[in-house]
Amino acid sequence: MQVTIYRYNPDFDQKPTYKMYDVDTSKVHGIMLLDVLEYIKANLDDSLAFRRSCGGGVCGSDGININGKNSLACITPFKELPEKVTLRPLPGMPIIRDLIVNLDQFYTQYNSVKPYLQTHSNPEKEHIQSIEQRDKLDGLYECILCACCSSSCPSFWWNPDKFVGPAGLLAAARFILDSRDEEKESRLKDLDDLYRLYRCRSIMNCTTVCPKGLNPNAAISKIRDEMIKSKTTCTEPHHEHD
Amino acid sequence: MNILREKQFDAIIVGGGGAGLRASLELSSSGYHVAVVSKVFPTRSHTVAAQGGINAALGNVEGEDDWRWHMYDTTLGSDFLGDQDAIEYMCKHAPDTVLELEKMGMPFSRDENGKIYQRAFGGQTRHYGKEFSVHRTCAASDRTGHAMLHTLYQQNIRAKTQFLTEWYAIDLVKSESGKVCGVIAIEMKTGDLYFLNAKVTVLATGGAGKIFKSTTNAYTCTGDGLGMVYRAGLPLQDMEMWQFHPTGIANVGVLISEGARGEGGYLTNSEGERFMQRYAPQYKDLACRDVVSRCSAIEIREGRGCGPNKDYVLLNISHLGEEIILKRLPGITDLARTFAGVDPLKEPIPVVPTCHYMMGGIPTNPQAQVIDVQKGKDQVVPGLYAAGECASVSVHGANRLGANSLLDIVVFGRAAGKHIKGLLDNGYEQETVDQGALNRSMSRYQRWMDNKAGPSYSELRLRLQNLMQKDFGVFRTKEAMQEGLDGLIAIRHEMQNATISDHSKAFNTALIEALELDNMIEVAYATALGALHREESRGAHSRIDFPNRDDKHWHAHLITYTDGRVAKRAVNMKPHEMDPIKLKERDK
Repeated sequence: MQVTIYRYNPDFDQKPTYKMYDVDTSKVHGIMLLDVLEYIKANLDDSLAFRRSCGGGVCGSDGININGKNSLACITPFKELPEKVTLRPLPGMPIIRDLIVNLDQFYTQYNSVKPYLQTHSNPEKEHIQSIEQRDKLDGLYECILCACCSSSCPSFWWNPDKFVGPAGLLAAARFILDSRDEEKESRLKDLDDLYRLYRCRSIMNCTTVCPKGLNPNAAISKIRDEMIKSKTTCTEPHHEHD
Repeated sequence: MNILREKQFDAIIVGGGGAGLRASLELSSSGYHVAVVSKVFPTRSHTVAAQGGINAALGNVEGEDDWRWHMYDTTLGSDFLGDQDAIEYMCKHAPDTVLELEKMGMPFSRDENGKIYQRAFGGQTRHYGKEFSVHRTCAASDRTGHAMLHTLYQQNIRAKTQFLTEWYAIDLVKSESGKVCGVIAIEMKTGDLYFLNAKVTVLATGGAGKIFKSTTNAYTCTGDGLGMVYRAGLPLQDMEMWQFHPTGIANVGVLISEGARGEGGYLTNSEGERFMQRYAPQYKDLACRDVVSRCSAIEIREGRGCGPNKDYVLLNISHLGEEIILKRLPGITDLARTFAGVDPLKEPIPVVPTCHYMMGGIPTNPQAQVIDVQKGKDQVVPGLYAAGECASVSVHGANRLGANSLLDIVVFGRAAGKHIKGLLDNGYEQETVDQGALNRSMSRYQRWMDNKAGPSYSELRLRLQNLMQKDFGVFRTKEAMQEGLDGLIAIRHEMQNATISDHSKAFNTALIEALELDNMIEVAYATALGALHREESRGAHSRIDFPNRDDKHWHAHLITYTDGRVAKRAVNMKPHEMDPIKLKERDK
């Protein structure tokens, strides 16, 4: 297998380069692309930098761009990839080193939707929530914040400081649709903005790449539905400034 | 030489998993200057991978449950090596702690009454062992750890907790009197070194399963807090007690939750026999994990394993039907498809006992204060706390019950936070630290940066993992373990000259892995010392040469030190609100 990897070390590189590694996959312990990266780091080049933790697709550390498509290295079987593979850091994000990107802006947008339950009631035991009410959170709460979606979204590339992005909006929907939350109106009001919510153009890159099979695009549609239902209206722009 | 910068805090918490985030939440709302130091972004911590649930005697299914019954099960599950004062504290506070998580927004699954969904799990009974298969495990589908960790992180966003994300703590810093005054840490992005000067330090660094070749643990489970404690001259406790989970996917190590058996799944051997019915007629497939893992290992050893090499057993869930599986076990269904290449709706999943959890760790009292033992007496180490998997309170003793680990981390993370708040409220003072202490705590960083010729860290890491897998697995003997200990001493020696080839500063992950390896070796060494010393079989520690539990000689914790000393420490048998649970044979 020929693995070509984007390399950049700010300590001494003026500009990034690509380095090719010839890997005998029969020597790799495991079946995933992450195992190939681990093999390269342990046996060929310990200076290759990438993030990883759980190795099972639940921690969201190892989102990278694999032959042009964002995914998690730890749940991508290398046998399903072509003989020549090119790995790049997640697109549209500042690069710290090699495959490691700076996710500060991504996290800032996540924080901006107040991703925590807001209630004023304090029941003696648990809040009562029916199975049907709880079902509405399925497909929303499972997000692992790997950033594969937001870093594949052109609207996020252009306006990372103003557009919440698919991951942040998925988190917003998770709380807007939680029967226990009592701040639905203020949440909707906060998103009722040309950029924060309405920069989404429904091109579906987010849903195509989500390694957990979630559908941020559908979550954004649900927020729009709730927006209409709550009768808050979006101000139509006179001019769009891109 | 890297210039040492300094930051000052009232408290720092090393580790951003469930224990760390629960402790920080308690403190950040109190107005103290607190920071969480985490080598990964907090939601990447390994709490996220916990699947099955969290135990609490809520009684949502049976209508009646009692924390005392939970305590009985936990004590028996621990094979009586758990401390009864600590177990009592945990089980008694379990219902409140879980309800608190629900109120924070944790998306628990629900039953038809709209209450928290509870499932059956291993080793759980009602009425002190008289009624089997109780539903005590609160679950968010089979992603309970993910739901919990994200909820705790979200609450910390709300509480405006300060995070030092992707900072790696290298070593503790002690004053001359022995008070812990913070840590030396590296900011990974820049490679800059800092003295994080804190009145109180909490270690919440999680497990260390990566010392084994095959494990359900994350790459990051390298025992960092344990290494720091050992190097500071403090003891580790019960390190021979490693849980092998019965259902790791064969050849991959990925976990399949005990919830699969809690929902009605069962194990079979090559003859299609449900073998657990033979070994444990009452608990059956929901016997304690140490028991089930041993039974699977025996089946495989006696030639009744499955597959071309007869080296695994099968976990069957397809009879549960698509609706239950996709509702209750969607995560493990994905994992089985991705990692084992089988569709559990139609076929059984190949599984083997796989290293999963460290019952031992840094000894603490139930307030999460770290304990040293001086002249046979417990002494609190000033300024130092530990909670979660890195700690040995000890609630798990020689074998942890499934779904007691998520409970452990939130109960004792909270306990640490509360106790520290009390300490700071009373004006806890910092002591001064001299340059010599700082230099000592930076020395291993310097060693890795200076070493230019010697074996590579990755080569030594692989040797360590293979050795532990071979000599300290499910069944143990003196001969194998002695050979293992000799090998570990050799590796430890070679580590002094080991090298990384990357000496750059920015996000140097080779350096971080090398620093982690220092900790892994200390954990492995402690494991070997304890395992060789304990000449009995108790819980997860199964010796072929000493097949029985021997309360007369070995009903005691074992503490070990980095210089090879081993000593016994009494097991607490004094709960406050109920009669002690007396030593007896475990039920089958």
